[in-house]
Amino acid sequence: MRFAYFSAALTTFALSLVFSIGLGLSQTRAYVIEDHRNYTWPGDSSILRIISTADVNVFEPIIVEFQRSYPGITVDYTIVSSTELMTALYEEGASFDLAISSAMDLQTKLANDGFAQSYRSDATDALPKWASWRGQVFAFTQEPAVLVISEAAFEGMELPRTREDVITLLRDNPERFSGRIGTYDVRISGAGYLFATQDSRNTDSYWRLTEVMGRLNAQLYGGSDEMITDVASGRLALAYNVVGSYAASRLADSPGIRILQYDDFLNVMLRSVLIPVTAQNPRGAGLMIDFLATLDTRAGLERLTNLTPVKSDLYATNSASRPIRLGPGLLVFLDQLKKEIFLRNWANAIEQQ
Amino acid sequence: MFWPAKSSIRRRLTVQLLVIAAALSLVFFLIVRVIADQAATATQDNILLASATSISDALYSERGAVTVEIPYSALSMLGTISQDRVFYRVSEGGRTLTGYDDLPLPDVAPRAAQSRFDTFLYRGETVRSVAVSRTVSSGGSNVDVTVVVAQTRLGLALISSRISFFAAIFGVLFFLVATALSLLAAQSALSPLERLKQSLQRRGAHDLRPVQAELPDELTPLVDALNNFMGRLRASLAQSEDFIAEAAHRVRTPLAVVRAQAEIALRRVERPENKTSLREMIRAVDESSRSAGQLLDHAMVTFRTDALADDEFDLAVVTKSVCDHLLPTAELKDILLIQQFPDTPCPFRGDAILMQNALRNVLDNALKYSPADSTVHIGVDSDDQGYRISFNDQGRGFGSSDVASLTQRFSRGSNVADIVGSGLGLTIADEVARAHNGRLEISSNPKGPGACVSLIFPQP
Repeated sequence: MRFAYFSAALTTFALSLVFSIGLGLSQTRAYVIEDHRNYTWPGDSSILRIISTADVNVFEPIIVEFQRSYPGITVDYTIVSSTELMTALYEEGASFDLAISSAMDLQTKLANDGFAQSYRSDATDALPKWASWRGQVFAFTQEPAVLVISEAAFEGMELPRTREDVITLLRDNPERFSGRIGTYDVRISGAGYLFATQDSRNTDSYWRLTEVMGRLNAQLYGGSDEMITDVASGRLALAYNVVGSYAASRLADSPGIRILQYDDFLNVMLRSVLIPVTAQNPRGAGLMIDFLATLDTRAGLERLTNLTPVKSDLYATNSASRPIRLGPGLLVFLDQLKKEIFLRNWANAIEQQ
Repeated sequence: MFWPAKSSIRRRLTVQLLVIAAALSLVFFLIVRVIADQAATATQDNILLASATSISDALYSERGAVTVEIPYSALSMLGTISQDRVFYRVSEGGRTLTGYDDLPLPDVAPRAAQSRFDTFLYRGETVRSVAVSRTVSSGGSNVDVTVVVAQTRLGLALISSRISFFAAIFGVLFFLVATALSLLAAQSALSPLERLKQSLQRRGAHDLRPVQAELPDELTPLVDALNNFMGRLRASLAQSEDFIAEAAHRVRTPLAVVRAQAEIALRRVERPENKTSLREMIRAVDESSRSAGQLLDHAMVTFRTDALADDEFDLAVVTKSVCDHLLPTAELKDILLIQQFPDTPCPFRGDAILMQNALRNVLDNALKYSPADSTVHIGVDSDDQGYRISFNDQGRGFGSSDVASLTQRFSRGSNVADIVGSGLGLTIADEVARAHNGRLEISSNPKGPGACVSLIFPQP
């Protein structure tokens, strides 16, 4: 239970700090790295060390384009999960120049608790108001939580537009959807937890929906990717709360899937970047933030990465859009008691067998 | 405040008003700052209290243990006014239920339904905190739970510095406006003094009439004193002129007797040295009598210039009558008077008696200093600018004397010590000319030896 460990770790931060200082240089790295790439700039160069939750295939085009725009910077790219990113920066004081994560709550927590540096430039000033917090956390993409369905499974049926529609649909067709509903296991997925808590905050129907999904033996997943694969293969009829950008990037190679955006409200997750206090190259980090903040001026990259840059006209495309608000509100669901209770309620609702 | 006695009233007034304006600006700035700080702090305190209260309201007991489900709004409301860092702690006794367990609790827990605000340093930043307490019944006993919510004060500092900035701008503007108004006030307060000064400057040197400007009450005593003083001066001057006139008059009559007797004696004596002595005597008596006459003239001029008569007369006619009057004297010395008058009349407004007096004195002077058997040219010219009455003689001129000083009373040329004279003639002419807005011009004769004295009057 990584999250349980993590929650406990938050409150024992002071102890662990003493612990790590006590161990000094002989300390071994404890956070788990999923992947590591080095984009070397030949010759004389500064090094920009990024810790990120974004996959290589998503972020590589950005790094390549960044190096073209700002030559002379070697980019060292470490991929970790959002909880491991927190472990690395919050508990182990690992030194990185830039932290990129879609876990808005954890990014907020880092900034709130004093683990981020302030940065300001014309590019960050031009961001919409809701896309930055404290001049420390800067959002650069907007990724809605969507419903991914299998077209085959919905043949001849009206497509759901709201969560109420989904509840009605599942209740009315238990035989068609039993065992064929996918959603995040919010106990292990940071994005899943974020979407679930925002859903619960926005509507009471979230808990009824979770109950209904639990009764229909919903399948739990750790990430969007497998969910989308299973919808494409027909194992799942629908996947609830999938990160939109991932789904969009799979549309081409997965015929038969379809992305639905809710009309009642659409949680929009913001992928964000911050400069940790341990940064050794804050200047390079600032350049990368400027680059990311102006992603909307680079249409080519948008196509390559399937990331939707932060746009001030977010509401124009879908009036139900609700960017998850950066700020102390996000700390509420990181509260250890709140989280325990939420996860207990969620587990009770989803696991009924 | 120390002021040198001579420093200007305007400067004093302005500086004092400026100092007051500056002090008021500063007070204004400080008051606005303090009020703004208090208002900003009160705003933050209210939200902190609302946050802590909503957390404490969410406390409940479950299976014999106190627990809390922090409402989303409890912390999100703190994010609505600023982007400050937020810390919280819920503790039961000394044990932390949830939150930041290094966030200090108040030394004395607040009683139920009360709150304690505090400001302290936490994680390297100043935070404002509020603590509230609530009693929760749990497992059959009552437990006191304290909720602390703290927030950094950057947003507060931002608001406060923005208000300070505007307060400073308004303070400076206030000062500038007050400065402009102070200058105006000083100007307007001093304008009666300025009026008095101008009214005094405008009047001539001999004008001793009372000052009659419209002045504020404060200046009335001063002007009264001045008028009183001038009145006394006038009286005193009049008295002394009276005295001189009286004296001259009294001297002239006996002198006439002395002269008559001397002439009789002259006819009787035979010896040439006696004749010479008597002639000298007669000449001296003449001079004395002439001087007495001039003193009388001068006294009269002084009187009349104070209250000038307003007659209409012809300058050429007056000049001619003066020449006629002095013709016998000229003939005595075989001096030819050549007169030149314009064809058209020369109308003039002024005091005819004074004018006659002035012309007679100038011509008398010319005759006196001219050698026997010479010529004196008398001319009246008229043009657009005005009139010029000139007297050209063939006498010794003014030599190297300072021409300007000749018009001063009892001043005489440096080359006339051998001729008896009072030094009043040109003074009288000068004063009359000036009383009629004219002037006296003295120069050497452009045509050979001699002097040229002109009276010049502007066209009326």
